[in-house]
Amino acid sequence: MNRWIEKQRHLIDFTASSLARRKGKSLGLLVVYTLLVFVLASVSLYTHALRNEATRVLAGTPEVVLQRLIAGRHDLIPPGYIEKIGRVRGVQKIEGRLWGYYYDSVLKANYTFMVPSDRRIAEGEIVVGPALERSRGLAEGNGISFRAYSGELHTFIVSEVLAHESELVNADLVLMSEADFRRFFAYPDGHYTDIALWVANPQEVRNVGLKLINALPDSRPILREEVLRTYASIFDWREGMMLALLSAAILAFGIFAWEKAAGLSAEEKREIGILKAIGWETGDVIAMKFWEGFLVSLLAFLLGYVAAYVHVFHFEFALFAPVLQGWAVLYPSFALTPKIDGLQVATLFVFSVLPYTAATLVPIWRAATTDPDTVMRS
Amino acid sequence: MLELANIRKAFNQGQHNEYWALKGIDLEIPPARVNVLKGPSGSGKTTLLTILGCLARPTEGRVRLKGEDISGLPERFLTEIRRSTFGFIFQQFNLVRGLSAIENIILPGYPTGTPRARLVERAEALLADMQLSHRRDAKVEWLSGGEQQRVAICRALINDPEILVADEPTANLDSKLSAEFLAILRRLAEAGRTVILTSHDPLVVESEVVDRVYSLRDGQLIEVVDTRRAWP
Ligand SMILES: Nc1ncnc2c1ncn2[C@@H]1O[C@H](COP(=O)(O)OP(=O)(O)OP(=O)(O)O)[C@@H](O)[C@H]1O
Ligand SMILES: [Mg+2]
Repeated sequence: MNRWIEKQRHLIDFTASSLARRKGKSLGLLVVYTLLVFVLASVSLYTHALRNEATRVLAGTPEVVLQRLIAGRHDLIPPGYIEKIGRVRGVQKIEGRLWGYYYDSVLKANYTFMVPSDRRIAEGEIVVGPALERSRGLAEGNGISFRAYSGELHTFIVSEVLAHESELVNADLVLMSEADFRRFFAYPDGHYTDIALWVANPQEVRNVGLKLINALPDSRPILREEVLRTYASIFDWREGMMLALLSAAILAFGIFAWEKAAGLSAEEKREIGILKAIGWETGDVIAMKFWEGFLVSLLAFLLGYVAAYVHVFHFEFALFAPVLQGWAVLYPSFALTPKIDGLQVATLFVFSVLPYTAATLVPIWRAATTDPDTVMRS
Repeated sequence: MLELANIRKAFNQGQHNEYWALKGIDLEIPPARVNVLKGPSGSGKTTLLTILGCLARPTEGRVRLKGEDISGLPERFLTEIRRSTFGFIFQQFNLVRGLSAIENIILPGYPTGTPRARLVERAEALLADMQLSHRRDAKVEWLSGGEQQRVAICRALINDPEILVADEPTANLDSKLSAEFLAILRRLAEAGRTVILTSHDPLVVESEVVDRVYSLRDGQLIEVVDTRRAWP
């Protein structure tokens, strides 16, 4: 066992020095390989983080959101509407929600003003998301004024800044009390923006939706499962995995083709002949080449993965964001929560390191099995 | 030490260009002597040497090493024997370019799993013996022909083999270096190692360091001459 380890150490030594001797080829290979891992890992980390974020967003949302339409346009929910729904069976909880958009002409940014249902905020106070904290330099206790659409200026005290951990959800939020909200937007009493309904039995959701349309023909129920499905079609991890596998296959093929094309140089073949003649077994030569493939792909994997991590979580996926416009436009700019998934890393590792290591072994096989006496005749 | 019985070797057997390079050779290599295979080009010297050195198998016949028949052994065991019993010196030296002298020398020790420190220590002793210590870390392609030759000898000796095999070792050396090389072989034989080389260089064949000369022609052994001293 000791001898075996010692031998592998020798083989790794030799391989490392061989790589160093063929700097051009080794570096070229490493760069190409690292780039490919980088692309793969970037996409994979990004989709994974987005999916996480989306799951978190949807976890707290109600099963059904009911909007009222007038002439096909979203309109306010009038008083008495909620009471009518109360009679629909299967609905566990109903809540009128108040929210709206506000355009900040100072920063040319949009905020979402909202009255939270799960907490009480004192009149005259607001709770803001991290985007506002950054862009307007707000901190707890600061005062800030917004000019309402009516023209009057309203001043609020920031009582809290929301946690950064899920920026996708709450970056541009401004939470305030119901009274302030109605005053600020001149929202008529008893009216709501939309209605949230919680349905206990998932099987019932579709039925509840149908009943709502029947009972309130001017309403449009939006089911969470439909939203989920839309999200899933973008973020689904299986799709990410497919992408990873596909790219890995392409990657392996590319490298293999490259390696094939480059092949074993005459110099390498000569070296293998020498090694065999001086007493290396076929297995030793192959083990040596295995280490070569393994070292190169491992190094490329580490470099590529770290670069991708930095790219996704520190540079906000800047390089590929334009390519993935569909996701980028959801929210123009937000920092994702850094998250590494073991299974994902393992998949990427297996599908990038193994094919290449195997690919390096194929051409070596033939060279390594040549008869040792051929070296006498070169 | 080494015995061959009715050795025949065919290349491309069964094909239209089948060629019998050795046509029935019987010989015995005595231990601790300098043996030379001589003969015209194409007579089968290199082919015979590869069989003696376990680099190739005969098509027919038996090879016995220290009384043990090794011609039927599988490849793995043959490699093992080659590594532990034989050291090789090639005409082109066959050093690995880009590696230093010392790294070339310890290469045959890698598969044995001997710790690097031990290998380096042994290699340094060999280099000192060949008066090459000062070239220890020089890349082999920067060495002169004579220096490369001596590095090749050190490499052949790193696993402490009983038998040293060399194919046309002086072909790339001038007379002075050839003479030095032969002197080294003499020393090795006197220290108990068996030396087998091929050559058609008269300087080698007629050298006084050689104990026995085997003459080959057309794949057959036509004459064996003991040149140097009386055999026990
Ligand atoms: N791999 C091979 N395939 C076919 N024929 C071969 C092969 N190797 C050697 N031969 C032939 O076998 C014969 C003996 O070759 P060998 O190399 O043993 O001769 P040699 O005595 O060493 O010659 P030289 O003095 O030129 O080195 C030659 O005719 C050669 O062409
Ligand atoms: Mg020859």
